[in-house]
Parts: sequence; structure tokens; C-alpha cells
Amino acid sequence: MATNPMHQFEVYRIGPEIKLGVVDISFTNASLFMVISSLAILLIFNLGSKKNSLLPSKVQLLAELSYTFVSKMISDTAGSKAKPYFPFIFSLFMFVLFCNMFGMIPYTFTVTSHIIVTFILASFIFIGVTIIGFMKHGLGYLKLFVPSGVPVILLPLIVVIEVISYLSRPISLSVRLFANMMAGHTMMKVFGGFVISLGIVGGWLPLSFSVALTGLEILVAFLQAYVFAILTCIYLNDALNLHH
Amino acid sequence: MIKKIFFQSIFLSFLFFMEAFAAESGGMPQLNPEFWVSQIFWLIITFGLLYVVLSKLILPKISANLEIRKSQIVENIEAAEKKREQSELNIEEYKKIIQNSKNEAKNYFKQAREKVLKDINVKKETLDKELDEEVDKAESEIKNFRDNAPEKIKKIAIETCADLLQELIGTETNSSSISAIVDDLSRKKMDEYYGN
Repeated sequence: MATNPMHQFEVYRIGPEIKLGVVDISFTNASLFMVISSLAILLIFNLGSKKNSLLPSKVQLLAELSYTFVSKMISDTAGSKAKPYFPFIFSLFMFVLFCNMFGMIPYTFTVTSHIIVTFILASFIFIGVTIIGFMKHGLGYLKLFVPSGVPVILLPLIVVIEVISYLSRPISLSVRLFANMMAGHTMMKVFGGFVISLGIVGGWLPLSFSVALTGLEILVAFLQAYVFAILTCIYLNDALNLHH
Repeated sequence: MIKKIFFQSIFLSFLFFMEAFAAESGGMPQLNPEFWVSQIFWLIITFGLLYVVLSKLILPKISANLEIRKSQIVENIEAAEKKREQSELNIEEYKKIIQNSKNEAKNYFKQAREKVLKDINVKKETLDKELDEEVDKAESEIKNFRDNAPEKIKKIAIETCADLLQELIGTETNSSSISAIVDDLSRKKMDEYYGN
């Protein structure tokens, strides 16, 4: 069972079974790592914002660099109108990043490798962005589906394509993150298994792959968090500055 | 060769990977809906808390910190600029002082030189005057000598003539006639010498 590469994604209950009515909301290992990630973020950023010295300490520098990184990302992609949504995108980026990074530690659980988690996040973003769009532009937000400069004959087809692409946003957003995390972790597990099964003689090649893959996965962990956040910014940009 | 082994091993590993998938009957645990609600519930709780704490407590603090730092840096730069201007003014003042003291020194020098020159001139004048006096005196003496010289020469010549005549003739001669002859001769000679 331990060699099964999918075993690492199994969710199991920690502690007693908690029921809310008929639904099971027990504390699981997934919940544990959500809590750990959130607490780690809060701890680091609390430490980083506690004392303001002219020459920042390392933690403070980390917090401030992250702050400026995300705020620059938002202002670059969605403009100054997106400023009120900065805390949300910042939390989102940090949450996804920390969940991904915690997943890189052996024997941990990767929260973002579960489609349900990423899908809920993506749907929340999708619904939120759609509501913001309709609130800002009213029914004019529907113009998003009618690109300017398209021949009238093609228009019905284009509108259908645009609507489908808009509706598939939460799916693409969630599947991108989930699939990347799952595939990466499965690969690492498979190569780790090879190291054991091939032994001292043939295990060196998969071991070197494992080392390389670890580096790659850390990169992917950061990149996917960044992509998740920047796509959110782009969707937000569509809703705030309607230009098509 | 190494490359070939490398790619073969990758290919084989994927084969094993597929086998590993096929061998397991459980499939992906992600698609097991047993704990979906629990995950959604805890996601909302943790992410919600994270969002609230970050947006209400921590991010405003970080932004304020950044703002304060920025303004502090700007203030420091302004203060430094002010100090620079002040020091430039000081340099200007210092240059002025140096210029003034240079001028003063030059004046002192000039005054001293003038004084010395004046002293020298005065001394030179007095010396010149003395010299002139000496020269005048000497000249007058010379003139005196020159003026007196014909008389004396005449006298000597008359005496000498009288003596000579006495020696030659042995009698007293009339000095007035001798003097008339000497006068006549000396006048002729004088005319030759002085041209008057």
C-alpha cells in the first residue's frame, strides 16, 4: 500500500467524527494542513509587521517583499481599480503558495492537490468576479461576450465560444492547479519507489531524477500559486475595466 | 549511449507508472466524495479566517510600515539636501573669508612696500642732497683753486723770473715790468687754455 503513488492523496479523519446534521465535517489531515498553512502565513506576516525598523529584519523584509510583489502584480494586470481586492488576492496567493510548499515536505499532505479545494476556490473567484462585473457595468457586462471588430456573420459563433470560455474559467483554473500538484507529487512518489525497488545498483538514476524533480516541483509550487493569483487578477481586470 | 539509456529509462518509468495506476483498484482519492464537505467546510473556515486577519490586522500594518519608511526616507533625503545646501553656504562664506584675508594681506604688503619705498626715497634724497652738497663744495673748491691758480702761478712766475734775473744779471729788477710781461704772456696762454 505504501508504494501506491496515489496513497499520499488519501484523506483520513483525525480525531472524532464531527457531524453537522447529516454532513460529515470531521477534522481531517487536509483540514490540518489548511490550518497549518494559514497559521504559518499569519505567524510570518505578523512577525514581519510587528516592528517597523528603517532597516528591516529578515522576516520583515520577507513580508514587505511579498506585499510589494503582490501589489505590483495586481496593479500591473488589473490597474488601480483593483486595489480594494488586494487583501483577497494576497490571501489567495499566500494560501495556495503555502499549501503547495507544505506539500513539498515529505509525509505531508498537499491541500491543493484535491480538485474539490481548488474548485471551491476557483468557483468563489468566478462567482465573485461575475458579481463585481455586473455590479460595475450592469447588463453592459454582457458586452464581454461580444468582442468588437468581429464580422456580424461570425458573431453568433464567437459569442457562443466566448460564453463557453467564460463558463469554463473555474474549471480550467481549478484543474490547472490540482493537476499540476497531483502529477508532480505522483511523479516524485513513483521515482522514490523506483529508488527502493531498483536498490543500490540501479537506484541512482531514479534518485537523481528525484532530486531534479524536487527542484522542479518547488518551482511548480511557486509558479502555480502565481498563475492562480495572476489569472484571478486578469478575471478581475475583465470585470473592472470592460474592454474587449 | 548514455543519452539512449537515459531516454529508455524515462520511457520504462512511464510504463511502470501506468502499470502502477492500472494495478490499483482504488483510483484517485480526490474523486472520493467522502470528505468533500469536510474539506469545503475547513477551507472556508481557514481561508476566511486568514483573509479576515490579513486584511484587517496585518496588511494595513505592513502598508503603514512601508508608507512610514518611504516618508522617513524622503524626510532623510530632504534633511540631507538641507545640510548640503547649508554646507555649500558655509563653503561660500569660507571662500569669502579667505578672499578677504588675502586682500588684507595684500594691502598690508602694499602698505609695507610703500612705506619702505618712501623711506628709501627719503634716504636717497637726503643722501643725494648730501652728495650734491659735497659735490658743490668740492666744485667750489676746485673753482677756487682754478680761480686762484693764475694769480699764484703769476706770482710764482714773477718771483721765479725776478730770482732768475737777479741770478743772471745780479741786480734788482723792477717787479712791475716783470709782472706786466708775465701778465701779457699768461693772458696769451690763458686764452689758449680757456679760450676766452
